[in-house]
Amino acid sequence: MADDTPVIDLRDVTKIYGHGEAEVRAMDGVNLTVAPGEFVALMGPSGSGKSTAMNMIGCLDSPTSGDYLFNGVHVGALDQTQRALLRRNYLGFVFQGFNLLARTSALDNVELPLIYKGLPAAERREQALDALDKVGLKGREHHDPSELSGGQQQRVAIARALVGDPQLILADEPTGNLDTKRSLEIMELLDKLNADEKITIVMVTHEEDMAAFAHRVIWMVDGRVERSGSHDEVFNHERRGS
Amino acid sequence: MIWETVRLAIQAIFRNALRSILTVLGIVIGVAAVIAMVTVGQGSSDQVTADVEKLGTNVLMVLPGAGRMGPGNNSVSAALEMRDIKALIDQLSSVRTAAPYNQTTLNAVYGTEDTRTSVAGTDARYLDVVDWPVVLGRSFLPTEENSGRAVCIIGETVRQELFGNTNPVGETVRLKNVACDVIGLLEAKGASSFGTDQDDIVLMPIKAFQRRVTGSTDISMIYVAASESVSTDRAVVDIEMLMRERRRIGDGEEDDFNVRDMKQLASMLTGITNVLTGLLSAVAAVSLLVGGIGIMNIMLVSVTERTREIGIRLAVGATANQVLLQFLVEAIVLSMIGGIVGILLGLGLAAVAANIMVIPFSPNPAIVAIAFLFSAAVGVIFGYFPARRAARMDPIEALRHQ
Ligand SMILES: Nc1ncnc2c1ncn2[C@@H]1O[C@H](COP(=O)(O)OP(=O)(O)OP(=O)(O)O)[C@@H](O)[C@H]1O
Ligand SMILES: [Mg+2]
Repeated sequence: MADDTPVIDLRDVTKIYGHGEAEVRAMDGVNLTVAPGEFVALMGPSGSGKSTAMNMIGCLDSPTSGDYLFNGVHVGALDQTQRALLRRNYLGFVFQGFNLLARTSALDNVELPLIYKGLPAAERREQALDALDKVGLKGREHHDPSELSGGQQQRVAIARALVGDPQLILADEPTGNLDTKRSLEIMELLDKLNADEKITIVMVTHEEDMAAFAHRVIWMVDGRVERSGSHDEVFNHERRGS
Repeated sequence: MIWETVRLAIQAIFRNALRSILTVLGIVIGVAAVIAMVTVGQGSSDQVTADVEKLGTNVLMVLPGAGRMGPGNNSVSAALEMRDIKALIDQLSSVRTAAPYNQTTLNAVYGTEDTRTSVAGTDARYLDVVDWPVVLGRSFLPTEENSGRAVCIIGETVRQELFGNTNPVGETVRLKNVACDVIGLLEAKGASSFGTDQDDIVLMPIKAFQRRVTGSTDISMIYVAASESVSTDRAVVDIEMLMRERRRIGDGEEDDFNVRDMKQLASMLTGITNVLTGLLSAVAAVSLLVGGIGIMNIMLVSVTERTREIGIRLAVGATANQVLLQFLVEAIVLSMIGGIVGILLGLGLAAVAANIMVIPFSPNPAIVAIAFLFSAAVGVIFGYFPARRAARMDPIEALRHQ
């Protein structure tokens, strides 16, 4: 793939929930591109459509109108199975609530994506151990989520997102449930993955401190991209505006 | 991939052991019921067959009275005679031997012990016909049969009641007002397929029985052993012809006697057993169906409960088909485990029942295999709908589910 092909290319994407009176324009003509290797923070007030945009980018949802090109491929033309394969091979998700399987060891949680890839057990184990090592959880492989702290659980989730060797990691408020110290550790981890592994990262956050790790901040309001630029540009403008 | 799926299914099943147990309870009970029914039914069939074989498949009975068995048969017909027995043996090559058999019920008394028992008048040939050995003492001597002396051979149950474990030979028991010398003890036979205790019996020579007990020279039944070399059907025909002649029955007239074949009796009994087994198994099969609906029910609950898990799986790249397969395999593995447990439980119950009922324990591999396949099929059929529901979930909704 040519270097200038954006990983994410949203073209005039609109997402409407409900009908008539109850109609909500969660995304309203969003144009957005993310280049390979970028680290982007998606910000904005509650209800501005950040999660909707993330679901769209993650091929979990499809636009009401407009186009979404992933690596130049029209996602709208893919069927459900092809989207699952795309998620499996190119994407990793990190959620605010960690979303680990309960009563399942850290190792088994991390192996999950590899099972669907059809990897043999020995290889799965090796890659999962490797991913857990990268997120600093060596020695915690056999702990259940209930036996891990919030920060550790989020590390397991990052290891799971990372294990399939994805091109893009989507993190929706990854530090939303963590205290500042743990949040900064998680951000350092994501930053390291972005720098060392060249993984493109799109992250939703409400916290300026976390957004500071990103190369670029996209500010959404009412389903529209209001501003896009460096952290300082966006926040200086916000401060002037308010 | 399929083994991986099976492994995951087993993991999921054991992760929630209590729910899994409740889910398969219906299958377990259904399969256990079917297996137990069929196995016990088969055992009692085998018992009937074995009894008849023990009695000898070549044993026939001649009785006075019209040809039909059962009620509504109240025609008065001439009794049988000792001369009939002699004629059957002497004139028919298809008859090996024959013996009279008259029976009544009396109190047998020895010292302070007493027991109500079956008393039969017959002769030594009867023991030959039904192949019943005397294990202590001896059989009747011709002189005893002819003189009408009161001697008797007793069954094991009568011995236990009157003598306990001691040797009864040489003792005297009282039957009605007759003092009767015990000359022999019969081998223990156990219960017959009719459920009666065959060892609860006292045999006397027919002459003594007629004179001292009933006071009549009638013979109420003749036991016949057909020759080994001919079929019993052939012997039946021969006996019928001879008896018609002896009893002067005209050409168009019906028989006023009845020749019964033990094989017919046996097949009638096995028939009844089979019908009963079939009916009960059908009821049990319905409970299997109910068990299947139980599986569907709990699988549906399970799918709802695991909505978030399904969302996670879809997000990390599971296809809808993989999720479908996962839940389907889970239902199948679950119901197969239920099937296996049910089979073991059913066989266990049948073994206990067989022990109590004193019948053979006859597990039928075909029925076991069918029950197993059936339980797997239940898993497929009733697991499909919940699995499809899981596969069709919207990942976003599923992830948001609490
Ligand atoms: N499934 C849905 N059905 C109806 N409305 C929805 C649905 N999902 C989102 N919305 C609406 O779309 C709008 C955008 O929601 P979204 O979750 O994208 O906001 P957000 O920016 O992620 O907010 P937050 O910061 O609170 O997470 C909201 O008004 C929300 O109520
Ligand atoms: Mg959100």
